[in-house]
Amino acid sequence: MNNFINSIFQPGFFSSGPVHTALFVGGTAAIVSSVVGIFTVIRGQAFAGHSLADVSSAGGSASYLLGINPLLGFLGMAILGAGSMELVGVEKARGRDLATGVVFGAGLGLAALFLYLDVTTTSTSGATVAVLFGSMFAIPSSTVILVVLVGSATLAVMVVLYRPLLLSSLNPEIAAVQGIHVRLVGMLQMLILGSAVALSAISVGAILSTALLIGPAATALRIAKRPGFAVWLAALVGLGTTWIGILLAYDSTGWISGHNWPVSFLIVTLVFLVYLIARPRSGHRGSITSKETSIPLPTSRP
Amino acid sequence: MNSDTYNSGPVLAISKMSIVLGGNEILHDVNFELHSGEFSGLIGPNGSGKTTLLRTILGFHRPAEGSIHFEGKSGFANRRSIGYVPQKILLDPDVPVRARDLVELGLDGHRLGIRLPSKERRRQVDDMLHAVNAEAFADQRIGQLSGGQQQRILIAHALIRRPRLLLLDEPLANLDIRSVAEVVNLLNQLAHQQRIAILLSAHDINPLMGAMDRLVYVANGHAASGPVNEVIDDKVLSTLYGYHVDVIRVHGRILITTGPGDEYFEPGRDCVTPETSSLP
Repeated sequence: MNNFINSIFQPGFFSSGPVHTALFVGGTAAIVSSVVGIFTVIRGQAFAGHSLADVSSAGGSASYLLGINPLLGFLGMAILGAGSMELVGVEKARGRDLATGVVFGAGLGLAALFLYLDVTTTSTSGATVAVLFGSMFAIPSSTVILVVLVGSATLAVMVVLYRPLLLSSLNPEIAAVQGIHVRLVGMLQMLILGSAVALSAISVGAILSTALLIGPAATALRIAKRPGFAVWLAALVGLGTTWIGILLAYDSTGWISGHNWPVSFLIVTLVFLVYLIARPRSGHRGSITSKETSIPLPTSRP
Repeated sequence: MNSDTYNSGPVLAISKMSIVLGGNEILHDVNFELHSGEFSGLIGPNGSGKTTLLRTILGFHRPAEGSIHFEGKSGFANRRSIGYVPQKILLDPDVPVRARDLVELGLDGHRLGIRLPSKERRRQVDDMLHAVNAEAFADQRIGQLSGGQQQRILIAHALIRRPRLLLLDEPLANLDIRSVAEVVNLLNQLAHQQRIAILLSAHDINPLMGAMDRLVYVANGHAASGPVNEVIDDKVLSTLYGYHVDVIRVHGRILITTGPGDEYFEPGRDCVTPETSSLP
């Protein structure tokens, strides 16, 4: 029995400080991203989410130059990006795409500059890989307290906004008639999205954070029929794939040539596999819809 | 907030109202009243300002002139208790929201925080689903329902807070004939049984004939209102449109020839005009 457990959890897994930090930071990022991801997918903001993550990489790379905690860099830039998108205009779908694209381009330009400066002026040669693709086992343990603060604040806003956010995501008009300040709810959702991608960015890297934002949510949306269940399921899928990915990365030392496999790669691969395996429950496509034939009324001439 | 607080007089009274949007006057000098227990139609050609009128009643636009009194008051704050079914709601079939979830959100979707299970709330939602005859598909995802089923759920969503006034924007567009009849009968029944004032917009008057108590006809920036037979009249409608209009009654259907010239009549066909479009 002990041998079996040891073969899954290699010696030192539970006593290693970096592993603890990785499990904690990665787990928090996964839960927050997956939950926020449900609303991101329903609202059709996947592109905005990915862009915010890439924009946040400018902050992550600037943090090396400024000597501040990377999470603060990612978070600051993501929120700045979210605010800019709101300013340029995210109300209409088309405007939102344009606003996202404009801010996305500008943000990545800054990231290119800061990463260049990181590599040329500081001694952090691994900055590029760490910022873009994450380095979960190299997260300083001082980050944990920040992650707790940002993660719990984001989830708290999520809980408070849950119903108004759900209703205004389904239809802004009926939400407004019901007395919901749709614009304000939308702005807060962008801020939540910004902090979710910042948390993912320090874990799996800015570029791969989209996988944690969209993957578990997309899996949950395939299976769940109710909004509440979808949120729990997404959180569970996100947390599970992240922790198993960390475990596999720790175990992977012996796979090829004594090097660890990149943890971010393992996590996003698991997320993708789970999405492929997840099948809608039987009877997902209702039969009632097909029974009623729709005869459109003659429409008026132009 | 409903029923007994305001029982005398009209639920909605609009007088001398003009609406200006982006410098264009959409409607001028509109006057009409809606009473509880009455099913009224808001009829007019496409682009005549029906949606703008409904959105102004809801408080999305402010009238340039004139007044809107809802339950005797003119403020906007009290309009939260107006039920509204928007023109079209496109929901992805993958959105994990069942029909009953949307109805439940009608009850408390504006509240903050997450809710605990409640038998009382569950009973209210079930009652409402029963009232719109939607129990059979209550547990299906809303995006997978047919147009008529979605309309019934949206009506339930709007009615669960027991509004005194229900506004519906073109709820019959893109429905098959059977669903049109179902939705019209349902609304007619709800108006009379639950003493709600209902205003439904449509570009075709015929599906509503027999069900409507009153009519508000908008065209050419003006509105005429009253009992159906008084408004659907050559003289009234000609004044409204600003040129001669014929009202033709064929086999219980009404055709309104609104074209300013002969080009709206096609030889060899019934005189089906843009706004009359009755079904074969």
